[in-house]
Amino acid sequence: MSVLVGLALLAGVFFQAVAALGVVRMPDIYTRLHAVSKAETLGVLLTLTAIGLSTGLSLTTVKLAFVASFLFLATPTATHAITRAALRLGVPPWRRSPERPR
Amino acid sequence: MSTLFLVAAGLLLALALVYVHRIVVGPTVFDRLLGVNAIGTKTTVVLLLTGGVFGRVEMFVDIALGYALLSFIGSLAAARYFERTESLP
Repeated sequence: MSVLVGLALLAGVFFQAVAALGVVRMPDIYTRLHAVSKAETLGVLLTLTAIGLSTGLSLTTVKLAFVASFLFLATPTATHAITRAALRLGVPPWRRSPERPR
Repeated sequence: MSTLFLVAAGLLLALALVYVHRIVVGPTVFDRLLGVNAIGTKTTVVLLLTGGVFGRVEMFVDIALGYALLSFIGSLAAARYFERTESLP
């Protein structure tokens, strides 16, 4: 069980690190939100799985499952709302510049 | 087990600094909103990991649930507010 907790924690921190890398490296707001909405959600769910495995089955596990399912719905919803607001206000999407191909 | 949770919480706090960089630098207001939203999600996880460190998950899970609800409503309200503004702030 302890090995499973360690593996889930490692995977969770890895995916959240991937999301943070995407937020630093991506060129515009839409691609950054793409990185956050998916990699961050998976990392958070894996980390919550690790905590739930470590506590054993009780009411706390049910509450943890509720927090996990709420975050599973809430994070993509919030990023979608931000994306829609950015699109309606006309934030320009990134384009490859023709002068400096890379 | 508790050391493992402590190390994971420290790593997640270090990752939150990356989002702080995005909040400070971010060219548009939506980049800043993205950083605030992601830090809110990460704080929920760090709260639960703190509960794992102290062996009191049953207490911290309620705090984390309330924090997750408030953070979600806050970022949603901010996104709707900036959607209704006339031009790009």
